[in-house]
Amino acid sequence: MTGKAKQVGKKVGAILDSYQRDKAMLVSILQDIQAEYNYLPGETLLEVSKELGVPLSQVYSVATFFKAFSLTPRGRHIINVCLGTACHVRGAARILETFERELDINRGATTKDLNYTLETVNCVGACALGPMVIVDGEYLGEMNIEKVKPVLESYD
Amino acid sequence: MSSLEELEGLRKSILEKIDPKKPCITVCGGTGCHAYGCERVAAAFEQEIEKQGLTAKVDMKTTGCHGFCEQGPLVVIKPANIFYRRVKVDDVPDIISETIVKGNVVDRLLYTDPDTGEKITYEHEVPFYKKQNRLIFGNNGLIEPTSIEDYIAVGGYAALGKALFKMSPEEIIKEVKNAGLRGRGGGGFPTGDKWESCRNAPSDDGIRYVICNADEGDPGAYMDRSVMEGNPHSVLEGMIIGAFAVGSHEGYVYVRNEYPLAVKNTALAVKQAEECGLLGKNILGTGFDFNVRINRGGGAFVCGESTALMASLEGKVGEPRAKYVHTVEKGLWERPTDLNNVETWANVPLIINKGADWYAQIGTEGSKGTKIFSLVGKINNTGLVEVPMGITLREIIYDIGGGIPGGKKFKAVQTGGPSGGCIPESILDLAVDFDELSKAGSMMGSGGMIVMDEDNCMVDIAKYFLTFLEGESCGKCLPCREGIKRMREILTDITEGRGREGDIELLEELADTLVDCSLCALGSTAANPVLSTIKYFRDEYEAHIKEKRCPAGICKELITYTIDEEKCPGCGLCVKACPTEAITSMGKKKPVVLDQEKCIKCGTCYSVCKLDAIKVK
Repeated sequence: MTGKAKQVGKKVGAILDSYQRDKAMLVSILQDIQAEYNYLPGETLLEVSKELGVPLSQVYSVATFFKAFSLTPRGRHIINVCLGTACHVRGAARILETFERELDINRGATTKDLNYTLETVNCVGACALGPMVIVDGEYLGEMNIEKVKPVLESYD
Repeated sequence: MSSLEELEGLRKSILEKIDPKKPCITVCGGTGCHAYGCERVAAAFEQEIEKQGLTAKVDMKTTGCHGFCEQGPLVVIKPANIFYRRVKVDDVPDIISETIVKGNVVDRLLYTDPDTGEKITYEHEVPFYKKQNRLIFGNNGLIEPTSIEDYIAVGGYAALGKALFKMSPEEIIKEVKNAGLRGRGGGGFPTGDKWESCRNAPSDDGIRYVICNADEGDPGAYMDRSVMEGNPHSVLEGMIIGAFAVGSHEGYVYVRNEYPLAVKNTALAVKQAEECGLLGKNILGTGFDFNVRINRGGGAFVCGESTALMASLEGKVGEPRAKYVHTVEKGLWERPTDLNNVETWANVPLIINKGADWYAQIGTEGSKGTKIFSLVGKINNTGLVEVPMGITLREIIYDIGGGIPGGKKFKAVQTGGPSGGCIPESILDLAVDFDELSKAGSMMGSGGMIVMDEDNCMVDIAKYFLTFLEGESCGKCLPCREGIKRMREILTDITEGRGREGDIELLEELADTLVDCSLCALGSTAANPVLSTIKYFRDEYEAHIKEKRCPAGICKELITYTIDEEKCPGCGLCVKACPTEAITSMGKKKPVVLDQEKCIKCGTCYSVCKLDAIKVK
């Protein structure tokens, strides 16, 4: 076994143990793995399948069904543009388009330098401050098109 | 604790320690106020209290959401309930030295009634709160969500004590039935009936489950989040009572992972309740066992549907199943399962404490109690409002919500999220009631209430919801998977100038198929946003289709930006901002020129221009 594989086994093992290796906790287990690696590396899915005794196809189907999971590495900064209805009626679509244009990527993608991942979220419950953008968990309210560039510069 | 006496003894000792006259500063810690930076304000209060040596003379709490998000960060000084809004770190020393030490009100932080210009000192006198009836939500402002003592001090777990020691499971179910409580997640199914069916359903090994559905997925709705974050014990107490009534010993809370504070506070509440003997083995010495586990959702809207949620709890993909057999008979792991929404659970302790007769006085014939709505969008007073059933939409929007900002004209209010519909001005006097809203082509839903003004395009709104649902459809059944997609394509064509005669009729035909043939409610209600906008705003559809015109100026392909030469002073702000260099400066004091060939209609110029010199046609 290579060093890397051992490390994956150890990390995944610890997460599995924290849920008493309960198959029902698969979604939570994958969430914790993603929190650890920032995405779901293929080898971790293999490890989960083997250790839990759940077919790999089922692990994979869960990992691709839910919006929260990514099978590819994500950027150092995660930009989440809220597309909830309240933000939508206040012009969130135009803000998302501006991020796409400035970063030269589509929603859901990561920039080549792995600096940013642009994602969308359907409501974060801060509707009073909409349109809302969340960067690395920090809430930036009352966004408009002009604020997009300065926001990106501040995280460069 | 292992008896009712111990619980009441604990309550007594907590209350004895509280001096009702001692001032207490409560800082709202809801999501909205967090986004405004309330954490820094709370930290500043702690520092200032210590600096001025007042630690023994004043208490401070960071509470759950107070509801008036528009005016955050909110600070309320108890016991007088002095209401300060938009409080910044710099305001903290003044509040301490003036209000706490001298008892004076800091005028500049008071709320001004926009109608009368009058400054309002006390929370309950603010018009936003006046017409509300905050039975479920009121305690949010009184307690620290991380303190079980606070919850017990306001009467928490008294209903559990009453239910366990003075009532039989059948009596509890009867009480909930008589109260007329209906599911707050949107379906409006009578809660007591659900409990009864679950209790009576056969289970070979006697296992039954109760679930709290906190997978609040409606975009623009965050009531459940605020209850979970601000008062998690009220939900737990409801669940324990429900579990006792249906005969369950295992429960789950399924909560959105996008709500980290709700997950944290609920997990802490579970731990505290276990330590106090209110959860776990032999609750309060009665021999009744009940455990609760918390599961975080994976970000799929369809998991708010009961069977999809249960599939997800079993570690599977969150796909719903046909309900020939109800979940109360065969739900999670094929066992009888009772699933209720957060707000429904939070109503249970209230009903047990105050009785069905009292509860049933509130509301209308068919809808009892209160409902929490998240009033958002183009509205002056954005926030969470709890109102008695039967109040009219007009009262909510104008009396509580303060009307539409910027002197704009009201166009529609959308209720029920992606499953609901848009209600126009002409029927704003409709009462908030499960059945009335359904009759109007919308639905109560979980409580999102999105207000739209004349600048919102109703075809765009219909497209928005279908785009959302297309992405969230699990893909298991064909009518939903293909039907929503085709409807969204037709709407996209209409908004992009490719609309054809007959499109409206085609949309209606597809909608019928969705209603009749979809596997679950996601599909069968998906057409509501389209049907209701066609019903009430057909002229807008026709303007898009026949005249290739978007009356609200939203649909990009149908609008052009132009420069109003009389208003443009040539300041050049838009020239700098334009990402495609489509605007050229013609020198000082001369209007700029916009090249339509280069314009990508991104709206940047419109957004930066402070002089209203960019026109949309």
